[in-house]
Amino acid sequence: MVVTLDPKLGEIVLLSLRVSVSSVALAGVFALPLGAAVAVAEFPGKRGVVTTLNALLGLPAVVVGLAIYLLLSRSGPLGAFGILFTPSAMVIAQAVLVFPLLAALTRQVVADAWGESREQLVSLGAGTWTSAFALLVDVRYTLVTIVLAGFGRAIAEVGAVMIVGGNIDGVTRVMTTAIALETSKGDLPLAVGLGIVLLAIVFALNIAATAIKDAAQRHHG
Amino acid sequence: MATHRRRLIGTVFAAALAALASLPAAAQPKSIVVASTTSTEQSGLFGHILPTFTKKTGIQVKVVALGTGQALDVGRRGDADVVFVHDRVAEDKFVADGWGIGRRDVMYNDFVLIGPKADPAKVAGTKDVAAALKRIAEAKAPFVSRGDKSGTHAAELRYFKLAGADPLQGKGSWYRETGSGMGPALNTASSMNAYILADRGTWLAFKNRGELGIVVEGDKRLFNPYGVMLVNPARHPHVKVSEGSAFIEWIVSKEGQDAIASYKVGGEQLFFADAHN
Repeated sequence: MVVTLDPKLGEIVLLSLRVSVSSVALAGVFALPLGAAVAVAEFPGKRGVVTTLNALLGLPAVVVGLAIYLLLSRSGPLGAFGILFTPSAMVIAQAVLVFPLLAALTRQVVADAWGESREQLVSLGAGTWTSAFALLVDVRYTLVTIVLAGFGRAIAEVGAVMIVGGNIDGVTRVMTTAIALETSKGDLPLAVGLGIVLLAIVFALNIAATAIKDAAQRHHG
Repeated sequence: MATHRRRLIGTVFAAALAALASLPAAAQPKSIVVASTTSTEQSGLFGHILPTFTKKTGIQVKVVALGTGQALDVGRRGDADVVFVHDRVAEDKFVADGWGIGRRDVMYNDFVLIGPKADPAKVAGTKDVAAALKRIAEAKAPFVSRGDKSGTHAAELRYFKLAGADPLQGKGSWYRETGSGMGPALNTASSMNAYILADRGTWLAFKNRGELGIVVEGDKRLFNPYGVMLVNPARHPHVKVSEGSAFIEWIVSKEGQDAIASYKVGGEQLFFADAHN
């Protein structure tokens, strides 16, 4: 049953990967340095920022989808770009969704590392950003796990991409929205089949990432 | 440590560039966005007719399938070029309010009342949908409603009104509003062995039927007409007027109407073209 979908299935899988990888990269560029900086810097209201980041871990995907939809809609403030119902809109929504996850987990990991090497970094005269980046390098292998967690959340969610992408056949249909559609049609075996394909892909990626991480760890010590 | 850091920053920026590069370029083949209903998409009609149109005109049709209420809202916000829905009252209001122009009749199908084989409200065989709903309300037999302001939901509420029954009295007990599309609502009805009003197209294409079957059909009031219209470019200047009009012209042309009439599921015709009646 999954086999008969084959040419289309490949397209859908590729789009899923493209959107989720892009969104994690986009969010990571900002979330990792920010998380590390929050861990290292001392500033008024830090406790509030940390609490907010942690609370946003529970951000519902459908709320993010709705907010991005209203922003990108032609009647919304960013409507002039005309990117609603495109993969770009999906990347933006997922980036917003995984940003707090990446930032909060990075902050936690870097804060732990900061506790261990604070004196050393301070004695070397390292400032906030220098320390933050140095610590990010120190914890790089843990960051792989954090990025994988972000990727997992992105590729598994359906609420946000359904709203901002519109589940358009051949344009914005990804694995999760395809599964939702087949479930709607009452074709439960096909929906389950697609679910198994999605799981297999996520598994394969995790195994590959872990293998790379282990190899690098052995090599660099 | 410094080289490490540089490498890390380099990796991060490379990833960011890759992310941006993967965004689609602005130059794309001609395309329009059509806000339509779950019944046209999930019954497989669009998959059957759109390739012909795209092949002929080179215009890609991006279908966003929603309930009629939501599809009209997407049009009102300017997020679609064409709206293709089935709720005549709401469509006329949409046009009268200046959001849509050039509404055309396209086709019709019909609604069917679906129910469990055991038929606890004893409605099977009647041709009168209002009488059937009255009996269901009196028997307090489980009934699943779309509850999502779709065209089907609007029709269901109209029939209940004709029956002189107020389903909202049974809200939470025998009358269950799922707030979902036709397919998910049918899945719910199937697992609860409940009655449900469905469009014939989605029902015929629906696979998870369980104990359900058609109990009432053929009432003239179950007629379900579809209309197509362009989102008003005076309200939303970015609307692709020439491509959108080309789609509307095609779907009401002989070729488009023949394509609609030729779509069959299990040997049964789902939609009846009526643009020229």
